[in-house]
Amino acid sequence: MGMIDPKVIENVCIEIIRKAVIYLPDDVKNALKTAYDNEVSDVAKAQLKAILDNVKLAESIEAPVCQDTGIITFFVEVGASFPGINYIEKSIINATRTATSKIPLRPNAVHPFTNKNSGDNTGHFIPYIHWNIVDGDSLKLTVMPKGGGSENVCKFKMLTPADGIDGVKKFIINSVLEANGMPCPPTIVGVGIGGGADISMVLAKKALLRPLNKRSPESQIAKMEMELYNILNETGIGPMGLGGRTTVLGVNIEYAHRHIASLPVAVAFNCWAARRASAVVYGDGAYKVYGD
Amino acid sequence: MEYKFKTPLSESDARTLRINDIVYLTGTIYTARDQAHKRILEIISRGDILPIDFRGMAIYHCGPIVKKINDEWIVVAAGPTTSTRMELYEYDVIRTLGVRMVIGKGGMGLRTAEACKAYGAVYAEFTGGAAVLAAQSIRRVKGVEWLDLGVPEALWILEVENFGPLTVVIDSYGANIHENVNKKAYEKMSSILK
Ligand code: SF4
Repeated sequence: MGMIDPKVIENVCIEIIRKAVIYLPDDVKNALKTAYDNEVSDVAKAQLKAILDNVKLAESIEAPVCQDTGIITFFVEVGASFPGINYIEKSIINATRTATSKIPLRPNAVHPFTNKNSGDNTGHFIPYIHWNIVDGDSLKLTVMPKGGGSENVCKFKMLTPADGIDGVKKFIINSVLEANGMPCPPTIVGVGIGGGADISMVLAKKALLRPLNKRSPESQIAKMEMELYNILNETGIGPMGLGGRTTVLGVNIEYAHRHIASLPVAVAFNCWAARRASAVVYGDGAYKVYGD
Repeated sequence: MEYKFKTPLSESDARTLRINDIVYLTGTIYTARDQAHKRILEIISRGDILPIDFRGMAIYHCGPIVKKINDEWIVVAAGPTTSTRMELYEYDVIRTLGVRMVIGKGGMGLRTAEACKAYGAVYAEFTGGAAVLAAQSIRRVKGVEWLDLGVPEALWILEVENFGPLTVVIDSYGANIHENVNKKAYEKMSSILK
C-alpha cells in the first residue's frame, strides 16, 4: 500500500473545521427549533429567534456561527495500519493555521505566561489532539471547536463513593445553577463519571459529541439522562439565563469504572452553538465528510 | 417597551430604561474585553489621556472575527463575550468615563449594578453567540486601538445601525433579570438538593 498524500489529510481537516464552525449539526438545529416553539415568554422567544436567525444567516453567507471559534480540539481514531499515521499531527496543525486565515477563525491561543496571542490558533499542545489507536487502515477525524464561555463553567468534583449516584445528580444540578446564563444556554450538558480526575473530564467532553437524539445504550443511564433533562429545564434559567423553559437541550452521560475509594464527576457544557464535524479518510486516500 | 437610541446617550436616556426593555442602538460603540478594561484604568490612574472619548457611549464586551480587505477592516462575526470577567473593572469604568451602556452576555455583578444606579447607566445583553446577526448591523470599522493586545482584545471602534435587540438586564434602579431568575431557580431546586 502506498503512502497517503499529506495534503489529503490536511484538506480534510480544513474542510471539517469549516463545516463545524459555519453549519450546526441537524440534531442541534432541530432541538433549537423545538425550544423556540415551546417557549412562551417574550424574552425567551426573542433569544431563540435571534439564535435561529443567526444560524440561518451564518449558513447563507458562510460565516462562523459564533465569533468564538474556540480552542481547536481534534479527536483522532486512527487504524494501526493507516498509511499516513506520521502526517496526522502535522496536518492538523497546518490545517488549523490555514483555517484561521481562510475561513477565518478568531485567533484564540494565548501563551499563559506572556499573554501573547500566537495569532494562528496554534501553540504549545494546541490544537489539542485526543489519540485513539484502533484496528484497520482508515482514519476518523472529529473536530470540536468549543468556545470559552461554555468552557469556563465546566466543573469537576471528587465525590466519595458514599455520595452515590444521588450525589452525582446533585452535583450536576448545582453545576447548571452556578453556570446560569454564562455558557449561552440552552446548553448541552456532558457528564463523565468514574475513571479518575483526568478520565472523567475527557469522558464529559466526549459525551458532548454524542448527537442529541441518541440516548445512552444502557437503560439505567438513559433514564438518568432523561430525568436530569427534565429537572434542569424546571430551573427556569432559560435561554441566555434570562428566564424560560429551555435551559438544556440534552444531557449526555458517559462513565468508566471507578476506583473503590473514589467517585469522580466531571460536568462539561456546550453552548447552543454546539459545533462538531467528522470525516473518515480511507487507506486508499478516498474520504468522506460526515453529515453531522 | 422598545426604544431606538442614538449614541452618545444622555443620563436621562439611560434612566428611562427598565429591565426587559428592548433597545436598538445607532451610532458608535466600542468593544472592550478584559485587557482593554485593564489598560483603560491603568491609563486613567496614571493621569494620561485615552485615545477615544467614552462619554455617553456604549462599551461592548466583544472580541470580533475580522478580516482585512484592501486595507479596510471588515467584521465577520461579533457576538458578545461573558461579561462577568469585566466585573472587576466596570464600576470604575462607568464612574470615570461616563459610559451610559454596557453590552455583553451572561450578566454582571453587584458593583456594576451599583455604578449603574449611582451614575446613570444600564447593562444590556445581546443574544450570546448570535455573532453574524450582530455583524449585520455593523456598518463599518471606524478605527482600532491597542492591536498589540491581539485582535480579540483590541479596542474596536464600530459604527452600528439598529444594533439589537438588546435586552436591558440591569437598570439604574437596582433591578437585575439574572438575579430574579437565579433566585427562583435555586428555590425550585431546593427540595431536590436537600
Ligand atoms: S458560549 Fe458558545 S455561543 Fe456563547 S459566545 Fe461562547 S462560543 Fe459563542
